[in-house]
Amino acid sequence: MADAIIDLEHLVKKFGKQTVLKDVNLTVMPRQIVGLIGPSGAGKSTVIKTALGMEVADGGTATVFGQVMPKRKLLSRIGYMAQTDALYESLTGRENLKFFAQMKGIKKAALSESIDHVSRVVDLQDDLDKRVSGYSGGMMRRLSLSIALLGNPELLVLDEPTVGIDPALRRQIWQELDSIRDEGRSILITTHVMDEAELTDKVALLLGGRVIAFDEPAALKAQYQVDSIERVFLKAEGEFK
Amino acid sequence: MRTFAIMKRVLVEMLRDKRSLALMFLAPILVLWLMSVIFTANSTTSVEVGTVGVTSSVSANLNRVKHVNVHHYASQNNAKKAMKADKIDAIIHKTGNDYSLTYANTDSSKTSAVKMAFRNALTQTNIGQMKAQLGKAQETIGKLQKTLPAPVQKQLRSQMPAPKKAAAPQITNHYVYGDSSTGFFDKMLPILMGFFVFFFVFLISGMALLKERTSGTLSRLLATPVKRYEIVFGYMASYGVLAIFQTILIVMATIWLLGVEVVGSVLNIIVINLILALVALAFGILLSTFANSEFQMVQFIPVVIIPQIFFSGIIPMDSMASWIKDISYIIPIKYSGDAVTGIMMQGKNLSSFGLDIGVLLIFLVVLTILNVKGLKRYRKV
Repeated sequence: MADAIIDLEHLVKKFGKQTVLKDVNLTVMPRQIVGLIGPSGAGKSTVIKTALGMEVADGGTATVFGQVMPKRKLLSRIGYMAQTDALYESLTGRENLKFFAQMKGIKKAALSESIDHVSRVVDLQDDLDKRVSGYSGGMMRRLSLSIALLGNPELLVLDEPTVGIDPALRRQIWQELDSIRDEGRSILITTHVMDEAELTDKVALLLGGRVIAFDEPAALKAQYQVDSIERVFLKAEGEFK
Repeated sequence: MRTFAIMKRVLVEMLRDKRSLALMFLAPILVLWLMSVIFTANSTTSVEVGTVGVTSSVSANLNRVKHVNVHHYASQNNAKKAMKADKIDAIIHKTGNDYSLTYANTDSSKTSAVKMAFRNALTQTNIGQMKAQLGKAQETIGKLQKTLPAPVQKQLRSQMPAPKKAAAPQITNHYVYGDSSTGFFDKMLPILMGFFVFFFVFLISGMALLKERTSGTLSRLLATPVKRYEIVFGYMASYGVLAIFQTILIVMATIWLLGVEVVGSVLNIIVINLILALVALAFGILLSTFANSEFQMVQFIPVVIIPQIFFSGIIPMDSMASWIKDISYIIPIKYSGDAVTGIMMQGKNLSSFGLDIGVLLIFLVVLTILNVKGLKRYRKV
């Protein structure tokens, strides 16, 4: 699959003596939202960190944009949002956006337009000049997401992006993610919210260091003979134990 | 320029943290002022005294005083050269019957030690001389008295010169640096200045990077194509700017508020302290990677910072065991302290401290490389 955006093959990752990832295979194609679900501690974040090149795989390969990670330059084409908000709280929202835009290497001319766009997506345009320390938890999450959206990256890697965001805004964010997908870009997203997993194009179920199921939500439901991804999750976990 | 953007961001963050800023700028001045008020302490150290034209009996007596070593010089010029080279702490020059004492006075405890030793030596010599003279005179007088007739004896007695007068030479004191009121504090000041720069830059930069790590902004930063050295250099630039202002403020405060004399160029002092600040920054960043919380960062203070004071030269090292002296070679503040002392008190310029600056730069380069490499822990490229 030469044109895959992310291609993880037989990924193995150990921390000390503990093997977190035993054999992870996962592909993200262009124009695709892939959801990664699994119980906490299953290694979802490790999969993401290895794909980004923050960790090096102990076995197997992580290929992004056709190049083996870790590769620093590719990071400018990836928007990443971590589980923690990771914001500079003494700076304003705009200063945070500007700083990360500069780090991503966005040109000066495109800077303010890019900031305007992403802040509108997460509905923060009126709060941009307030210090982040005065933001609510949801606002921080939204700002964090908007930083990942900066510079229209071809690939978005989002670690639990919708935690602490209210339903109306969550819907709005998913609409934006859909439109990003429709532009031909790709998204890898981890989530705890199972009905969000229904909205993805493909779901990967990570259990015991392996992707034990990787298919479209409807196909998964059929395979496990249940009517929701949540039940798929519970059933798979039950079988695993 | 990502380095510039990082520098700007760190500076803005710092400027908004008013308390830390006040700590960096006001605390050193407060402590320096307190110390200048409180410190009148003296300590015994061994002193090297140069003598020119001093009689052997005086210098022998001087040499007999504990912690005093006497070196003879043929001329005042030779002795002055030796003092410039830091070989001797004071020159005693005898012209005719009078003594002229010149003190380097970079260490007031040494100055007072020389003063005391010299006075003792002189008194001892005088007493010895007087005793000898008295004995001789009495002997002669006794002999004469017997042989001479009475009227002549009377005349002689009235014409006898008092030996006391001849043995009371005039002593004048000269100070190369400062004056007779220069105290222990003045010697500590150049080192303390470096210490404050080191301490606050170390602590605040270490905390800043620790926060960056624990809040996740570091991994977010590393998820952009930023180069690792750009992060380290950005931090260096911002804390460099801060250190410049801090040094200027401390130097100004010591000159105007505490009335301390700065012989050399203030600019040179700033240069040295800037290099020291960068070393402290690199140290702080490096050690912050071994801390998991702010509290653990604070735990480095007794381990890393306090020994810096002991080996920085505030406490004279001359009389310590040689293995303890060796420890001081790995203490960055020792080098900056040496250099700033020379600039402040002797008016030397930067070129005389090539070695000190060189060692500091080696510290800086090694620590910076370690830091750039160390960031690999968080991103593998």
